[in-house]
Amino acid sequence: MLKEYQTVKEISGPLMLVTEVEGVKYEELVDIRLQNGEQRRGKVLEVGDGFALVQLFEGSAGINLPETSVRFLGKPLELGVSEDMIGRIFDGMGEPIDDGPRLIAEERRDINGLPINPYARDYPSEFIQTGVSVIDGLNTLVRGQKLPIFSGNGLPHNQLAAQIARQATVPGSREKFAVVFAAMGITFEESQFFMNDFRESGAIDRAVLFINLANDPTIERISTPRMALTAAEYLAFEKNMHVLVIMTDMTNYADALREVSAARKEVPGRRGYPGYLYTDLSQIYERAGRIKGREGSITQIPILTMPENDITHPIPDLTGYITEGQIILSGDIFNKGIQPPINALPSLSRLKDKGIGEGKTRKDHAATMNQIYAAVARGREAKELATILGESALSDTDLAFARFSDEFDERYVNQGFSTNRSIAETLDLGWSLLRMLPRAELKRISDKLLDEYFPEA
Amino acid sequence: MKQGTITKVSGPLVEAIGMEEANINDVVEVSANRLVGEIIEMREGKASIQVYEETTGIGPGEAVVSTGSPLSVELGPGLIGNIYDGILRPLEKLADLSGAFLAKGVTAPALNREKRWAFKAVAKVGDTVEPGDVLGTVQETDLIELKILVPVGVSGPVEKIADCEATVEEPIAVVGGHEVTMMQRWPVRRSRPYRYKLDPKEPLVTGQRVIDTFFPVAQGGTAAIPGPFGSGKTVIQHQLAKWADADVIVYIGCGERGNEMTDVLMEFPDIIDPKSGKSLMHKVVLIANTSNMPVAAREASIYTGVTIAEYYRDMGYSVALMADSTSRWAEALREMSGRLEEMPGDEGYPAYLGSRVADFYERSGKVRCLGSDERLGSLSIIGAVSPPGGDLSEPVTQSTLRIVKVFWGLDYALSYARHFPAINWLNSYSLYQDKMDRAFDERLDGFSDLRKEAMALLQDEQNLQEIVRLVGQDTLSEADQLKLFTTKSLREDFLQQNAFDEVDTYCSPAKQKAMLGVILLFYHEAGLALEKGVYLREITALPLTNQISRMRFIPEAELERITVLQEDIKSAFRELRAAREEDAESGR
Repeated sequence: MLKEYQTVKEISGPLMLVTEVEGVKYEELVDIRLQNGEQRRGKVLEVGDGFALVQLFEGSAGINLPETSVRFLGKPLELGVSEDMIGRIFDGMGEPIDDGPRLIAEERRDINGLPINPYARDYPSEFIQTGVSVIDGLNTLVRGQKLPIFSGNGLPHNQLAAQIARQATVPGSREKFAVVFAAMGITFEESQFFMNDFRESGAIDRAVLFINLANDPTIERISTPRMALTAAEYLAFEKNMHVLVIMTDMTNYADALREVSAARKEVPGRRGYPGYLYTDLSQIYERAGRIKGREGSITQIPILTMPENDITHPIPDLTGYITEGQIILSGDIFNKGIQPPINALPSLSRLKDKGIGEGKTRKDHAATMNQIYAAVARGREAKELATILGESALSDTDLAFARFSDEFDERYVNQGFSTNRSIAETLDLGWSLLRMLPRAELKRISDKLLDEYFPEA
Repeated sequence: MKQGTITKVSGPLVEAIGMEEANINDVVEVSANRLVGEIIEMREGKASIQVYEETTGIGPGEAVVSTGSPLSVELGPGLIGNIYDGILRPLEKLADLSGAFLAKGVTAPALNREKRWAFKAVAKVGDTVEPGDVLGTVQETDLIELKILVPVGVSGPVEKIADCEATVEEPIAVVGGHEVTMMQRWPVRRSRPYRYKLDPKEPLVTGQRVIDTFFPVAQGGTAAIPGPFGSGKTVIQHQLAKWADADVIVYIGCGERGNEMTDVLMEFPDIIDPKSGKSLMHKVVLIANTSNMPVAAREASIYTGVTIAEYYRDMGYSVALMADSTSRWAEALREMSGRLEEMPGDEGYPAYLGSRVADFYERSGKVRCLGSDERLGSLSIIGAVSPPGGDLSEPVTQSTLRIVKVFWGLDYALSYARHFPAINWLNSYSLYQDKMDRAFDERLDGFSDLRKEAMALLQDEQNLQEIVRLVGQDTLSEADQLKLFTTKSLREDFLQQNAFDEVDTYCSPAKQKAMLGVILLFYHEAGLALEKGVYLREITALPLTNQISRMRFIPEAELERITVLQEDIKSAFRELRAAREEDAESGR
């Protein structure tokens, strides 16, 4: 029988101090019963001689100190996992909120997971076709990668994420595929958008959703991505599925972390975020990957909105240091009416080189990728020059590059949120753009490839 | 030893009372799970312990037992080719024991206890030996002959020694009454002793053009690579690990990505060391404490790595240590400091950050090793720094720059323009430059003159570019336009180097000199031609320029092709000048 304590001494923000406790363990799950019978949960953040500091997931509103009773459950926060989770919707703490039947867990897992032994990892190298040209062609995603979307306020990152969730496939394979979706502090409308999109496309039948809305308890958000990743790990490494995890919005997550840190009066790092933000984020992002000898994989697409579009803000900055590249959305490109508004030049997929080429995508992929990058960069430069000195100052070649970069935005990037292009279509489109340039300028492509794809007139 | 009792748990920090008998920095075992920890603070009988594993499920009342010795690592045959965590637990063995995920409390010794190594005695019975003297050797890998040295604190006559097959725990000799095994232990936070330090004079050749030519690092020197994310720190560190001409490489993945370590593990065995023709793994020790592994072990990983590096240095090897990234180590310091409720310095980092960083880099150097055979060994340290937001004024970068001699500044703008390695040639520096110039000139006559001229051109470029941005290229004189044409060639054909191209990934100093020679020859010849009235567009239209840009893909074995190219350049310009003279004559 678990002992009940009625010795709550202090409540401050999301933290509760319980005294005269015995045998409490670090990170233990806590059950709290309010004077009116309401149940809440928390976890032990610090334990000392005769006291425990508890973090309240659902907030502290309405708690009466002397009349509240507390039980320590002797285990960390766990999630009951089973294959039946697929197609279901849960709240941020892993309780079902759809009208489905009760879930019978096959096993219960600590939501913090365990770090993957670097020796046991398998290097991600299988191409995932998202159907979005800028991603497939230039910033290729591979299975087991973590590739975040850096967005700004008012940009359609949700549409892009939904498009990827809908379209992502590995060409030529019929393996089991699932989407795990974690919403942290997004609005009701945004979450409705995802649910409707998943329903319409049928993706809901292979999705597990964890939803913490903007008006749900803030502190719950700290658990939400861990719940989602625990489910993902189970599906990937026990049930051999390829799991795509979409987490939105990591900025809200980090803010929740900051709230707890501030309540604990910790020494803040940059912009008030705790010094351990890097370590904490890595414990989420590093749960992506592949494991030697296992079928499944976890691919992550975290979404974060950069405060004031500032990429040096701690959240995008630390995320960029952990993830394997980033897809950057830009307000300027959005304002030109280009959808998805991906800024191709600063976007990057670090693992692309291992996922492309003959036998994976096509032999011309790497060379055209480099060439398109170089050409867009040169085109943008030429356009900048033209704005200062006038178009007449440009040589014919520079003019060709300037036109190339416009066409690139217009035709290559601007595909909308419902076009699903195969990798062959994307690569062919790339060639049709490159043919706008003088053949001699395509220095990054070997003559052999040029002869095949761009024969001299 | 009396056991203590836990009174408080807060993340990786545990406090325990009843620890009067323990010493500061002792390693302790925490709770029945026997988690490994280290005492970092003592207040009377109360010890603050940093725990190298997750502390979930630990609480007050549980036991803490001191092992009575400081955090130490096992040194001996079998380190090379292996991958370890921050406190030298073998990750391969842990994967056997607990599967793909790192479970709590699972541990294994660093060195294989069963494996028998062939020991060849060098010392003889009756020799009088002192610490550092070579007792014998073990062929550890194809490349590394491990020297078994007389341990520190042991000396006297050799009483017993013979060639034998032994495990690391079996004695291979008896010296002055002490049994000596192949395995020794050393506390990681204490640097291993040597006779004295020497001034580093020899370059650590890395095969990376921008580094060797412009910002060389010495054997026994220190270098730092600060840069924002995506600027290519890790690729440079990998390139150095692959191609630096050191005998032993210690690579520390400190708080970085798991997949990067996997990449190293999968790629390095296939890389052939240019000097020896053997797989790189025959000379590499890997330490991987990725970002999601326990933070306290991350703090230790730097010391673990440098201790191993010193161990090989003491045998007379040239060792290079790469730490990626020292910022994550500093963050681990900050996290522990915060939990200890110490008074914070800049940005929450502890006030002793600077001295810890200095202590670490000062373990580098070229040294006269202990022992009577006057061996020389060197340890070079190259640390990556990850400044938040690319802001170099932050504390970790600043305290690093105060101590290191070489600064390779990575530039986001360069990586954005896909110029790799994105080392900014205008703000990077090497304080070894003069000494390295001398060393390179001895090997390759005239190398430093080429370097100086090229660097001067690159600096001029900066000013000319400003003019171009304001008023356009056409306003420049043809001579200046030629200069810009040349610096573009320097940037694109020399400074840029493709780490993923089979040939371009490594460039010997001889090839570097030849390439630089070609580019500057072209510049000089073109300058003369301009004076003769040849138009710049005639020069830039020469098909030779295409060959210059493909020079970097010429294999090391065919360097004479670069000499041929030089002759071609000379004759091409002879023809251009002759044609112009003819025109002039016929016009007259």
